[in-house]
Amino acid sequence: MASKSLKNLTAPLSGNNPVIVQILGICSALAVTVQLKPAIVMGLSVMVVTAFSNLVMSLLRNGVPSRIRIIVQLVVIAALVILVDQVLKAFVYDVSKQLSVYVGLIITNCIVMGRVEAFALQNKPWDSFLDGIGNGLGYASILVIIAFFRELLGSGTLFGFRIIPESWYLAEGGFYSNCGLMLFPPMALIIVGCIIWAHRSFNKDLQEK
Amino acid sequence: MKALRSIVDKLKPTFSKGGKLAFLESTFDGFETFLFVPNKTTQHGAHVRDCNDMKRTMIMVVIALIPALLFGCYNTGIQVGLEGWTAFFYGLVRILPMIATTYIVGLGIEFTAAQLRGHAINEGFLVSGLLIPLVMPVSTPLWMVAVGTAFAVIFGKEVFGGTGMNVFNPAVLARAFVFFAYTPQMSGEKVWYSDWTMMGAQVDGVTGATALEQLATTGSMKWSALDAFLGFIPGSFGETSTLAILIGAAILLFTGIASWKTMVSVFVGGAATAYLFSALGCFDYPAYYHLIVGGFAFGAVFMATDPVTSAQTSTGKYIVGFMTGAIAILIRQVNPAYPEGMMLSILFMNALAPLVDYFVVEANIRRRANRVKSVK
Repeated sequence: MASKSLKNLTAPLSGNNPVIVQILGICSALAVTVQLKPAIVMGLSVMVVTAFSNLVMSLLRNGVPSRIRIIVQLVVIAALVILVDQVLKAFVYDVSKQLSVYVGLIITNCIVMGRVEAFALQNKPWDSFLDGIGNGLGYASILVIIAFFRELLGSGTLFGFRIIPESWYLAEGGFYSNCGLMLFPPMALIIVGCIIWAHRSFNKDLQEK
Repeated sequence: MKALRSIVDKLKPTFSKGGKLAFLESTFDGFETFLFVPNKTTQHGAHVRDCNDMKRTMIMVVIALIPALLFGCYNTGIQVGLEGWTAFFYGLVRILPMIATTYIVGLGIEFTAAQLRGHAINEGFLVSGLLIPLVMPVSTPLWMVAVGTAFAVIFGKEVFGGTGMNVFNPAVLARAFVFFAYTPQMSGEKVWYSDWTMMGAQVDGVTGATALEQLATTGSMKWSALDAFLGFIPGSFGETSTLAILIGAAILLFTGIASWKTMVSVFVGGAATAYLFSALGCFDYPAYYHLIVGGFAFGAVFMATDPVTSAQTSTGKYIVGFMTGAIAILIRQVNPAYPEGMMLSILFMNALAPLVDYFVVEANIRRRANRVKSVK
């Protein structure tokens, strides 16, 4: 793989991360991150949709008149989202239930259309596909970090397995208590803020003067 | 005094630029100015408004909090069936660890942040650190107090740039965080009583909701209005006695620390809304009950008047104060999930205060522009 193509894959993971640098897709990052499992499934679903919508639109880019490109993009993305939704329903029904409308709402995720508009329409299919995978992974990685803290501090579990022992809890005579605020979206936004804070203090070139 | 001065002077070179411990300069400066009035003056842009400085301002608020603090200690003992000095010491032993926790956690973060930024250390937290224990239920575990304080100081204050830059009052923010994060421990009937059985306290004998919860659920309370005014009711440490709070208010107003405009308009707003709901027939008890139970008076005197988060313009102070009082009663009456609305209304109006100020300033500009036009 040429190093230029590889850059399309790696740049969105950190330096050009869709969530914490481009500030896209925040809405679903707050909605589906109460637990790790739905967060991972959601991240993978978005990755598949961005990758293949980028690929398809890149293949079609010379045949679609720019006046109607938005409607063509919507048709492609909607079709992919429906596919993903059906696959989730077929194979991981319980997670699909938990994610409820948010799978369908991938169609409104700014990352998907943003990458198609900004990247796929000007680049070759393979680069676009890698860019989609990279952005999907960048999105998924942030979701996993948020969900890790929210599930651990909000429910005391990870992937549904108990991490903080029952005997620590106040109800069992211990001292500990879950932070209920972690289950609410506002706390997820604060965690996103913390990630951006940490990320920028490590990446000096992202800091505004 | 002279001995102390000479010790400070001797230590100074060590902490100044080039000294061994120069990286602790802000910390040293913080302690030095705590002990002595600083001899430095602002170089430019300042206007003399008052001979008072930040440290004296903050310490006056701490003094104004002392009546509520002392009465809170006494009442904590009273609520578990103790009397006299025993009751007072029981309460004192309960609240001192909380005060120590907030100061250690809060000042620790403040000192570190000031040190990292190279700022001078400010005294704002002396007040917040005392306010936080006073608005916590008696039986709050210390680690929850610590987490709430840390959250309030980091996300309420330091991320906005430290003392004087915060949008929200840190003490209310700490209370709100603890309330929403640890709801099962922060609501219900038991939390208002201490669960320590030392000094002969009877824990099993006492249960029951706060006056406010009783009013909200049954429409009456088992204490007289006089008891509620004097403060012999269950509740957070500092909030029960309206009388002790009013003594604090008198100190703040006499020394000119707090704005009487904000304070009076909070009470006017609260009373007006309470009487409105009373006239509409929403409750049967006298409307003034709302002003003497729960955290209304405490919030009005010590929190709504925060010079940083409240409105800056005179007209803005009236508007923000009135809305704070009105929204507090509105939440108490209309939202069944929260028997106490003061905390939320203060936070809400903290967020809106800059907007109110903006419109007040704009209106003033327009008025004066019109005057110029009419003269021409």
